[in-house]
Amino acid sequence: MTLLRLDHLTVQIGKTPILRDVSLTLARGEILGLVGESGSGKSMTALAIMGLLPDRARISGDIILGGLNLRHRSEREMCQLRGSDISMIFQEPMSALNPMMTIGDQVAETLMLHRRMLRSEARSIAREKLDRVGLRAPRFPLSLYPHELSGGQRQRVAIAMAIALHPKLLIADEPTTALDVTTQAEVLDLLRDLAREEGMALILITHDLAVVAGMADRVAVMQAGQIVETAPTRTLFQRPDAPYTQALLAAATHHPPLAARPDAKPLLQVENVTRLYRLPRPSAFAPHPELRAVDDVSFTIHAGESLGLVGESGCGKSTLTRAILGLDAVQGGTIRLTGHPISPTMPRPQRTDMQIVFQDPYGSFNPRQRVERLICEPFHLTGRPSDWRDRVAEALREVGLSPDDKSRFIHEFSGGQRQRIAIARALIIRPKLIVLDEAVSALDVQVRAQVLDLLSYLQATHDLAYLFISHDLSVVRAVTSRCLVMKAGKIVEEGPTEALFTTPQNAYTQTLIAATPRIPQHWKEPA
Amino acid sequence: MKLSLIIGGCLSGMALLAALISLVWTPYDVTALDIAHKLQGPTAAHWLGTDHFGRDIASMLMTGARTSLAVALVAVTIGMGLGVPLGLWAAARRGSWLDEGIMRANDLIFAFPSLVIAILITATFGPSATNAIIAIGIFNIPVFARVTRAGALSLWQLDYIRAAQVAGKGRTRISGEHILPNIANLLIVQSTIQFSLGILAEAGLSYVGLGAQPPTPSWGRMLAEAQTMVTLAPHVAIMPGLAIVLTVLGLNLLGDGLRDALDPRLRGRLA
Repeated sequence: MTLLRLDHLTVQIGKTPILRDVSLTLARGEILGLVGESGSGKSMTALAIMGLLPDRARISGDIILGGLNLRHRSEREMCQLRGSDISMIFQEPMSALNPMMTIGDQVAETLMLHRRMLRSEARSIAREKLDRVGLRAPRFPLSLYPHELSGGQRQRVAIAMAIALHPKLLIADEPTTALDVTTQAEVLDLLRDLAREEGMALILITHDLAVVAGMADRVAVMQAGQIVETAPTRTLFQRPDAPYTQALLAAATHHPPLAARPDAKPLLQVENVTRLYRLPRPSAFAPHPELRAVDDVSFTIHAGESLGLVGESGCGKSTLTRAILGLDAVQGGTIRLTGHPISPTMPRPQRTDMQIVFQDPYGSFNPRQRVERLICEPFHLTGRPSDWRDRVAEALREVGLSPDDKSRFIHEFSGGQRQRIAIARALIIRPKLIVLDEAVSALDVQVRAQVLDLLSYLQATHDLAYLFISHDLSVVRAVTSRCLVMKAGKIVEEGPTEALFTTPQNAYTQTLIAATPRIPQHWKEPA
Repeated sequence: MKLSLIIGGCLSGMALLAALISLVWTPYDVTALDIAHKLQGPTAAHWLGTDHFGRDIASMLMTGARTSLAVALVAVTIGMGLGVPLGLWAAARRGSWLDEGIMRANDLIFAFPSLVIAILITATFGPSATNAIIAIGIFNIPVFARVTRAGALSLWQLDYIRAAQVAGKGRTRISGEHILPNIANLLIVQSTIQFSLGILAEAGLSYVGLGAQPPTPSWGRMLAEAQTMVTLAPHVAIMPGLAIVLTVLGLNLLGDGLRDALDPRLRGRLA
């Protein structure tokens, strides 16, 4: 039985078309995956259903929920529907909760508002709902504040708020993108159970095809404000119809060629490195407790090799990276690059063998400098050579941009182009090792495939070694030949990537790999 | 170009122009008394009227602009010149004893009511425009240090600062090359606010007789002298009051406009 029907929904903001002729149906209890790249209109579709589009948006077509056309409801009527009939959860669980209110009050507030319940009644239902999402008493009393919870637990509170009134339809907009892989698996399981057990329809918006593969009954693929294909999940993965879907699937399972260099010499040697942080005193006269952010870590990267480093947030990846880059001093052990020790006080010329590419294509550049000057920055280590202009042009060409781009500002480029510029900046002094710190995590799947190809090409032509740090296990699997798994400051497993992924030895590695969403292997072969 | 930039530029420009012209020419001599024509309203001979000594108000406003702008400008320069480097320094060494020392010294200055201390300084060292500048300038230092430090701290977390560190750049160089240009917006807006506050502070000090001394005209003193005659000849108070309001308004609009115009990310959208 149809719960929601979008009929030729078209949305325009100013002169820009946002959604074009979007038609969808959703049955009670059904899970629909809505996938597409950033800017394809996924979130706008959700906001249109919620009636939360900006005031200047012009809408045509129909949004019919349980026989009621939402397009002709007043704002007052929509307020009644939101929460009770349709509900939504968002990507960032911290900003979705009020930091000044206890979790019990936040869940109860929805009930008091819509059902005019007494506070005590509302709180007892809030307790039930929090139990339902896995935050059980007495470990999670109603009096907790959001900052006392982890990211995954906060997202559970957001879900409890969303389901407090038994909505018929729940829209989840990238609900697990900000979460670690094991937490993501738990939250997805919870959402699936809720849909199955409470008969609630779920629209799961995501950029990650592997997430919908394990979750959705049907998948709709969006591109540039249009739905290019809708099909039952398995059919879509086995026999994608639209060329765009085919391209997305190909990019998601893309494996760039790997350079094999078995005879290479050690380039970076990390030996028994320990990095301590002093924590605040627990009481006035107690000694400072210490946090071992990196605990007795040893590994080697050989010339021309790709080494992966995976682990969840807070495992010490970033701290280790800072130490390797010579930005922080270590409290134990040594790091050597081409035989020279690395430390914050190392002489400048020794830094030339190592560069870095960061995750955030928006925060990696000084917005007030032109590309030419941005790319030139590492020349500070070597002194600017006389042919620096040619070198800039060459670097831009190598990463697939035009030499004319040198006089533009960074905000004129897309995310993928910015990552190319970041790579050009790293390449300009011809280092031997590039640290890729979540370098492709913020990119859309097709752009990511292109950047990975570029990295693979540059590795082959320049004999580069990569330290590839990521929380995304599928990417690490695709691009590295050897891999380290880090947990709570320690390396818990190390080995050739393929062996590590197929036969993980450590219990933690096994959990990580089991939690990683993936497209089932047998779906990839045509049925 | 943005409307705020145009209006702000015009209003501040008018004050500046009046001050500059007064260096070489004013309609009347501001020290010449003409009791016969006292408290006249605006006429063809005296565009803005005359005060209780028969002095030409237009001429006094022009000369007064010189005092107000000079005091505010030098005071802002003192505040920026010392406050910005201190703020950058504190941010670059976040959490160190240096950061603590600078910020606590700032708190110490903040803890005193500024106008009272300014009165104390000018009362101790004698009332003059120079002492007013120093007094106002000292209170600008912690304002700029705090704004600079707050802006810089958030930038120190960004990846391009890490990239600069990987490129072997030191803290001083990063502060100058990457931090300062990116907090220039903040500083420009803050300096126009401090500039207008400086004009108000100078007017305040002169109003209580601790700023510019007679016969040097000043907007604040003109207001002070006019207050007993508000009912008799309101224009004598309104004219300097308007000059202060319009200049302060103009400076604030100018600050807003400049902030947008100087940011390459916003520049494209202004056309």
